[in-house]
Amino acid sequence: MTGLLVVAAGVLCACGTYLVLGRQLSRVIIGFGLLGHGVNLLLVLSGGDGGDPAFAGPGTTAADVDRFADPLPQAFVLTAIVITFGVVAFLLALAHRSWRLTADDEVEDDIEDRRIAAAAREGDRAGGDA
Amino acid sequence: MTALVPLPVLLPLLGAAVSLAAGRSRGVQRAVGVTTLAAVSAVAAALLAHVDGDGPVAVQVGGWPAPVGITLVADRTSVVLLLASVLTMLAVLVFAVGEGGAERTQAGFHPLYLVLAAGVAASFLTGDLFNLFVAFEVMLMASYALITLGGRPAQVRSGMTYVVISLVASTLFLLSLALVYAATGTVNMADLHTEVADLPAGVRSGLAVLLVAVFGIKSAVFPLFFWLPDSYPTAAAPVTAVFAGLLTKIGVYAMIRSQTLLFPPETRPAGLLLVVAGLTMVVGVLGAVAQNDVRRLLSFHIVSQIGYMVMGLGLFTVAGLAAAVYFIVHQIVVKTSLFLVAGVVERRTGTGHLDRLSGLARVEPLLAGLFLLAALSLAGIPPLSGFVGKLGLVEAGLDAGSYAIVAVSLAVSLLTLFSMTKIWSNAFWGPPPEPEANGTEGGPPGRRLMLAATGALVALSLAVAVGAGPLYGLAERAGHDLVDPTTYLEAVLAP
Amino acid sequence: MRLRSVILDTTVRLVFDAALVLSVYMLFAGHNQPGGGFVGGLVAGAAIGLRYVAGGLDEALAVVPVRPSLLPAVGLALAVGTALWPLAGDEPPLDHRVLEWHLPVLGEVALATATIFDAGVYLIVVGLVLMVLDGLGREGDEEAEGG
Repeated sequence: MTGLLVVAAGVLCACGTYLVLGRQLSRVIIGFGLLGHGVNLLLVLSGGDGGDPAFAGPGTTAADVDRFADPLPQAFVLTAIVITFGVVAFLLALAHRSWRLTADDEVEDDIEDRRIAAAAREGDRAGGDA
Repeated sequence: MTALVPLPVLLPLLGAAVSLAAGRSRGVQRAVGVTTLAAVSAVAAALLAHVDGDGPVAVQVGGWPAPVGITLVADRTSVVLLLASVLTMLAVLVFAVGEGGAERTQAGFHPLYLVLAAGVAASFLTGDLFNLFVAFEVMLMASYALITLGGRPAQVRSGMTYVVISLVASTLFLLSLALVYAATGTVNMADLHTEVADLPAGVRSGLAVLLVAVFGIKSAVFPLFFWLPDSYPTAAAPVTAVFAGLLTKIGVYAMIRSQTLLFPPETRPAGLLLVVAGLTMVVGVLGAVAQNDVRRLLSFHIVSQIGYMVMGLGLFTVAGLAAAVYFIVHQIVVKTSLFLVAGVVERRTGTGHLDRLSGLARVEPLLAGLFLLAALSLAGIPPLSGFVGKLGLVEAGLDAGSYAIVAVSLAVSLLTLFSMTKIWSNAFWGPPPEPEANGTEGGPPGRRLMLAATGALVALSLAVAVGAGPLYGLAERAGHDLVDPTTYLEAVLAP
Repeated sequence: MRLRSVILDTTVRLVFDAALVLSVYMLFAGHNQPGGGFVGGLVAGAAIGLRYVAGGLDEALAVVPVRPSLLPAVGLALAVGTALWPLAGDEPPLDHRVLEWHLPVLGEVALATATIFDAGVYLIVVGLVLMVLDGLGREGDEEAEGG
């Protein structure tokens, strides 16, 4: 069970990283969703092996404590999910705003990048003339 | 005394609630914002007096004891930085009221600003690693909204960079938390101090470097700084100022706290940190020299100055850490005041571009004086606060025998001075501009308030210099606590 | 006037009240059972979202008779209040206790102060859903009407 979850986390992180490296904002946002899920899976796993029941019911005693999953990572994951959810929602709103402003889904170049690219073109032209 | 510790987090949140309820009534919002931050400053000052006398204070939230529950800890380092941050935020809030930009047009400004204050306070006061993550996220959420407030195209573009980079850092942080918890079974920093020491050396170094990378993105060290000069300058002037003054410094604080408290001396990546520090200083200042826009130039300087703080950390000596703490206090105040000066200049002339600015010294002699004081302090000219901080760092570096980093830091100081004179000679000297060309006649409304807020911050930086004796003494005691965290551990783990 | 789907409209009207009751149940059950303020708030938020899909922005905003931003304000104040008031009695912040009363008809009633915190979270979530709809939903509505 644990091995399967580790592999799943790895696949999610790999897909997420691939998508985040793209230029389209919608892909970046989906990529962050996947990346978040992958890391959250790892966080759940940090509490111990997978497959243990999540919480104690009526009739459980202190002796059963080892049979249950560690509750702390679950609290972490819950918090992390809420936070990722909020940030991704904000990114979506920002992407929507950007789409309304530019009617485009691509991330624009950095100002500095554009300036350097322009300077390089100038340089090429000057070099060609000489 | 323990009742004071959670107040810097709770009061701004309460203020944010009232401010949100006040909605469109800007007068109420302003009163709430200023009162809240003033109250938090008073609390922080009282805490500082107590902590410096009696040692660290810890509070277990909800009454759950330390390794399990959430702990808030106030010690010398965290409280002195908290006090400097809150005073700066107060000054910037007054500036924002005078500036009348985003503050006047956006009902969300005040609540977001107070949530930001709560996140900043929580980042300083938290005693466990996961809560540090939560505090960062609270702070970042508010900052995402503040940096894009108004929704101009340039803001949306650079805000996107900022959010995406922060999200990468947060994801990495979460990943390192998972690894820390899997390795040790705790996230309480005091508890980790003992647990991490028992780990295999390889795991320890891995965790240390991972945390350096996480906080390195937040604090914009080389080579993870590229997002900062791109995203900060586009926000509203007060927002840029408060981000420049505070957010990266909290990254450095988290780095100092985690490296000194969590890891035993032999696994600390000291060499790596010193190399990173040197490169950060050099690359930042070279970037600044090449810029022609005041705010972009100053943004590169943020990066450059972060290098000095990391240098203090990288030395891992009492003197180095003390100098780093003093330097952070100095930077919070001075960097913010420089950005406020840039804000006034832009408000006055409508541009921050050096080619289009000229002769402001004639038109705005007071502003020119404020800029000169802050700029010389940044460059480290005696007897201003930057000089005291850099002197401390250089002495600590010489004591530790790290001559290369000392040489680099001195050379970078010269370049800093050079780039500051670039602003001075372009914007403040030269013939004054044509009267009709310089925006509103007699200055925009609220100009006095803006100048008063900037003046107050510059005065605070002078106070940091004049009071260097006692303040540096405090920083030295803080540095001592960082190297030997016995009192910190006792405060947190004792029942 | 936008085209309204009768089936969707009727279903939403049926589901809406049930979902709100469920959300309140979850809020109170949260102390010892799965549920809590955040989950309850999400259920209520989803119900309001359905209302928006079926009837448009005005109908969604009409669910709450006050300004949307007032909800997170009250919620935040409640949550911070539960953190602050133990400080007055020299207890750690967020310290909680169970209050019990004897009410005439209902008998013994117990309320953990943590529920007040959860109620704050509930209000914040619902309020934020409304604020997001208010901020972003207008354009979608206009497009639907225009197209």
